[in-house]
Amino acid sequence: MGHEVVKNNRHLFGLRWLLPHRVVLIALLGVLIISLVVKLDWSWIAEYRESILSAVWKTVLLLVSTFVVGFILAIPIGLVQVTGPRFLAVIAHAFCSMIRGTPLLLQIWIFYYGFGSIFPGIEGIRESFIWPFLTSAWPYAFFALTLSVMAYEGEVLRGAFSGVPKGELEAAKAMGMKPFKILTRIWLPRAIQRTLPVIGGEVIIQLKATPLVATITIIDTYAIFSNIRLETYIVYEPLLLMTLIYLILAGAITLMFTYFEKKYKNH
Amino acid sequence: MLIDYQSMSLWELLAFNSPGWGGALLSGLVLSLEIAVLGYVFGLLIGLLGAIGKLSQNLLLTDLLYCYTTAVRAIPELVLILLIYFALPNFINDVLYSFGFNGVEINGFFAGVLVIAFVQGAYATEVIRSSIAAIPKGQIEAAHAFAIPKYKILYRIVIPSMIPHALPGLSNLWLIATKDTALLAVVGLTELTLAAKQAAGASKQQLTFLLAAGMLYLLVSLLSEVLFKYLIKRTEKGQRHGS
Repeated sequence: MGHEVVKNNRHLFGLRWLLPHRVVLIALLGVLIISLVVKLDWSWIAEYRESILSAVWKTVLLLVSTFVVGFILAIPIGLVQVTGPRFLAVIAHAFCSMIRGTPLLLQIWIFYYGFGSIFPGIEGIRESFIWPFLTSAWPYAFFALTLSVMAYEGEVLRGAFSGVPKGELEAAKAMGMKPFKILTRIWLPRAIQRTLPVIGGEVIIQLKATPLVATITIIDTYAIFSNIRLETYIVYEPLLLMTLIYLILAGAITLMFTYFEKKYKNH
Repeated sequence: MLIDYQSMSLWELLAFNSPGWGGALLSGLVLSLEIAVLGYVFGLLIGLLGAIGKLSQNLLLTDLLYCYTTAVRAIPELVLILLIYFALPNFINDVLYSFGFNGVEINGFFAGVLVIAFVQGAYATEVIRSSIAAIPKGQIEAAHAFAIPKYKILYRIVIPSMIPHALPGLSNLWLIATKDTALLAVVGLTELTLAAKQAAGASKQQLTFLLAAGMLYLLVSLLSEVLFKYLIKRTEKGQRHGS
């Protein structure tokens, strides 16, 4: 573990990151990708293109909707743990540890198989307008994923709220701002700005959680590729394309959050 | 295992010596914990080697490790499970066949441990790397100046002084390991979650057994939290004493 300057870090064609071994690695990767494209069997894509696109769209929709709703609901959970009355803080903390202490897959199954099996037994619920919702799978998936965002982001926001310098809040108070306005104008924006990198990571964790809904009959990206694998008996290709799609989605999220971080740093 | 759940009352099902608990849930819990512990330990080993590699001067090694940690943190665990559970044994057998050998059967338990270790290794690499980076440089330089062999510096100085920095992150990783074992239910390994679902389906008491499994997971996570808090406190005390 010497601390000399890295010698190999010379400029190659003016590009600092294009080091000789990386050129070799990228060339190898190129050869690998070309041989995969040429040698493997991709004929199934044409047949399944429509369903793959709609499945990816479903994954994105599930990710965005649950994260946005969950994040908004997480604000009070984070807030009461910093300022709220003690009993609310205890309840919020217990909720967070309960959701964070059990696997999401089990939670989804508790809602879908557990509670889902109880609803039909309740008098009058079959005739009511919510019955169509209770018999389909997506409300349970949405509910479980939103609860998980609430618990994890509640913890993140608790740290973020208490991390905002007290002076900024006191200054706003001295200017005669109402508490609600202090929250929406100063406390929350500052907290979010300070934790943007963490939130970017949390969105990727949420993306990685979405395939779990495939276990309760929702046809998302994971489910469609599992179906393709079973229908066509092709082992590698669907798995490779699915991995690539998730990598692209995660890369897009990372790029988006790097952009946001840069944009809001100057303010 | 065929159990006549239908003839049992709810209270009989909830009793600890009932087949649902003793036969299914507790053995599922044991299997979950076995996989979690083994995956965690192998993950820590991968993490230690990965961290040393990432901090080394070998740029090829650091680039490869960067690809490993980034990819694992971007690909859903469920997809990794499919890759390791179905594609990897297939790939190994394809290679073996092409060289004229017989195929091998990869045990589900082994594949499960492999998945957990693979995921844990990527996260542990980052945790351990940042904790090694947090050690004051002077300590390691002093050891170099005394011409202490490199392997000795590692296990006498780097590892002991990194542990207090790493423990909070490592306790998080242990909780992730216990929860990730639940995903193995999807490929049919009868760990706690799948055991609970099977007992739930067989007994028609869906909520009872799934909630019971939730309680067991919660119990494990609360107990581990207490244990890790104690460990963190102890190492902090030792540090204060030493300095």
